[in-house]
Amino acid sequence: MTSGIGAWGVYLPFWRLERKAIGAALGGPSGRGTRTVASYDEDTTTLGVEAGRRALEVPGGWTPDQVLFSSPEPAYQDKTNATTVHAALGLPQRVAAFDMVGSVRSAVGALVTAVATADRTPTLAVLADIRTGLAGGADERDSGDGAVAFACVADGAVAELIGRASASDEFLDRWRVPGEPYSHQWEERFGEQAYVPLAQAAFADALKSAGIGLDDIDHLVVAGLHVRAVKATTGSLGVEAAVVAPDRTGAVGNLGAAQLGVGLADVLERATPGQTVVTLQLADGADAQVWRTTDALPAAQEARRAAGLATVADQVEAGRSDLSYASFLTWRDQLHREPPRRPEPTRPGAPNMLRTEAWKFGFSASRCLACGFRHLPPTRVCLRCKSVDQMEPDRLADVEGTVATFTIDYLAYSLAPPTVGVVVDFDGGGRFRCELTDCDPDAVGIGTRVQMTFRRLYSADGMHNYFWKARPLDAPSDGDGPAGDATMGAVGSKAPASGKEA
Amino acid sequence: MASNGIRDRVAIVGMGCTPFGERWDKGADDLLVDATKDAIASAGVALDDIDAFWLGTLGAGNSGLTLSRPLKIDYRPVTRVENFCATGSESLRNACYAVASGAYDLAMAIGVEKLKDSGFSGLTGIHQVGDGTGTSLTSPAAFSFLAPSYAHKYGVDPEELKEVLTRIAWKNHYNGARNPRAQFRKEVSLETISRSPRVAGELGVFDCSGVADGSAAAIVCRAEDAHRYTDRPLYVKGLSMVAGPAAGPIDPEYDYTTFEEVIRSAQDAYRQAGVTDPRAQLAMAEVHDCFTPTELVLMEDLGFAERGMGWKEVLAGTFDLDGELPVNPDGGLKSFGHPIGASGLRMMFECWLQLRREAPAERQIKSVTEGGRTLGLTHNLGGGPGECVSFVSVVGSEPSD
Repeated sequence: MTSGIGAWGVYLPFWRLERKAIGAALGGPSGRGTRTVASYDEDTTTLGVEAGRRALEVPGGWTPDQVLFSSPEPAYQDKTNATTVHAALGLPQRVAAFDMVGSVRSAVGALVTAVATADRTPTLAVLADIRTGLAGGADERDSGDGAVAFACVADGAVAELIGRASASDEFLDRWRVPGEPYSHQWEERFGEQAYVPLAQAAFADALKSAGIGLDDIDHLVVAGLHVRAVKATTGSLGVEAAVVAPDRTGAVGNLGAAQLGVGLADVLERATPGQTVVTLQLADGADAQVWRTTDALPAAQEARRAAGLATVADQVEAGRSDLSYASFLTWRDQLHREPPRRPEPTRPGAPNMLRTEAWKFGFSASRCLACGFRHLPPTRVCLRCKSVDQMEPDRLADVEGTVATFTIDYLAYSLAPPTVGVVVDFDGGGRFRCELTDCDPDAVGIGTRVQMTFRRLYSADGMHNYFWKARPLDAPSDGDGPAGDATMGAVGSKAPASGKEA
Repeated sequence: MASNGIRDRVAIVGMGCTPFGERWDKGADDLLVDATKDAIASAGVALDDIDAFWLGTLGAGNSGLTLSRPLKIDYRPVTRVENFCATGSESLRNACYAVASGAYDLAMAIGVEKLKDSGFSGLTGIHQVGDGTGTSLTSPAAFSFLAPSYAHKYGVDPEELKEVLTRIAWKNHYNGARNPRAQFRKEVSLETISRSPRVAGELGVFDCSGVADGSAAAIVCRAEDAHRYTDRPLYVKGLSMVAGPAAGPIDPEYDYTTFEEVIRSAQDAYRQAGVTDPRAQLAMAEVHDCFTPTELVLMEDLGFAERGMGWKEVLAGTFDLDGELPVNPDGGLKSFGHPIGASGLRMMFECWLQLRREAPAERQIKSVTEGGRTLGLTHNLGGGPGECVSFVSVVGSEPSD
């Protein structure tokens, strides 16, 4: 029995903001590189769902006993966000779903708790963040949006947690009152001086707890929103530069609650069996974890490749970086644009959403048991053979499809006009009309291959309306089969993704 | 199963139609009073002579009170009906069946809509609480699926198809320029139409019907009583209404080049009316040109052109005011806008004028005056490609032999 991390999933949004676009708009220098930007139709819940789907894909059939969702930027307070993740992942009702929302430190708490208790309670830990900041500030420039999920399994782990330590302390480095759209930070050098000794202590205690020395470390990931403290800590630990995991923040930005997990996933995609990985997070103290990879790792890595799942490195390279700064500000609600002279969307009804939960959140269609016709949305009466109540549920969230026809709607209400409408024919049957997101409207055509993605369509009266959209799938590049098998679709973002999957 | 029809058993003996447009000066109540006044004057009756009323409206009001209150109707049956864009036609259909049954002697069908008071651009839906999974696409977007699909299926160059669609809008504006009741009473150049700003897909502003307020009404009675009211009644030859199973959006076999609902309702109406060759027999047709590709597809679904050939017939001028089969001689939805509840009756009003040779000289069609044709068709569809209701009527100025 080897409990620990069994699988991981990372989701970096499609959109990137070039830092020079900030400088171009506001004047002055603004740095190089890009940051990830959650689209106008994404929030931490949808980012978490996408990461969760990727984490669940490879174990193929593994079901957790609970879902833990952590984010400093939850879509809801007083309503559990983990239940939305749970529903969108199509998990059974018996699976528990808890939020561990709060500061960035809560995220590492969720992960460590999930792993430490996985032998008794297999858990999917989902960590997501959308980092905000005022226009022209360091947070806006240096942060990024993304999510990571870990399947924490009772047996068959690819990485075991062999040691851990924490150093807690009460001091004010970064804070945000609920409802505030951005966080505040005390003077930078104060945080640095507070953090470094705590991080060093947690690091040393963790090594001791694992019974290892500095030389045993093969990979080191240090994460934290306090960039200066992270740098100073990393340089002070006495490890060789070669073991320090590559810094992705230049292209991605600092992912806050997801940063440590994405760094760990990045290492797991390159590590070999029997290696030691130390992860250290600086957030209101410091938390260090020591991991040992197992012999199960290569098979997991290979299964991910076969499934066409994009690696962290792939996702860092992918995406579209021509997002305008004006769009970015609009999406983050910092630029109030004139709305179209159209009615605003109205809130959906709670009873309606409960009745159609499997469809709305799980994208579960119905297939006629009598004639096999697939219905999206699910219906009780078959279109083709008119059989009544002879349907079985048929989850299509992971089934790919092809654009049968499409249109560009310049009139529809959207934060990112124009809206692209597509009619999708799913592999294995079934047709649905929906929006296409994360796309270049000029590149859409009949025959474009698409996958489904969970999104927030809009919010109205303080309610978020979640549903699924299509997004373009890149053409298969590694040629492991024709598109057309409809079991579980590859959900890799812009990386080489096969049309067929394991 | 049977759709027996009521050929020649009911006649329209009076009609009224308000000017359509941005009627900031009139509320729905005023428009209803105006259309009713015209209709009863046309039939030479008083409001008290009418036994029952059918009111079509999508959103101007609920229940029969929407009509009885402004007209102060004394304790008689007033039924409000709604069937998307076929709402006005639905009110007529029900009124016709009521008098055909013998339940009433004289009935009025009236439709009204007051769209311009919303303050929004384009049509806006009526809100119903849902689960939030419905489409956000607008009507022009839904209908814009037709154009690329048609071009693809029949090998029409997209540029050429754009010319076809432009010509449909141009023709309808040409006709509307000769109609004092139309919302838009100016000819529009081909260039202006084809260069108009995009709304959805290939559709520009001029490919879309306008948004207008308006009302129209018809008085019906049993055919044997018609000559008590007028020397020139219009006889109802066929009335067909179908709602489809909404197959298109969920059936991969649907190709967005046809409306099955229209085909079925046309077949039914033609059978009731004894029409075997609509292109040769009809004097005119008023069809639901909500968007230009809709009218193109309708030419084929209604049997006016061979499948895949409609675009050539459009370019050849077959459906022009002076063509073989004038389509939308009053200017259509394109020139009138589309006050939902009123449109079907507005179409019938053009049949009323044209078949009775009362249209203004500049748009009186020759298929009637010289060709001697006596039949007119009206058509509505409500919904979108692949999921709609469709209505087709055939009326004529002569009883069948």
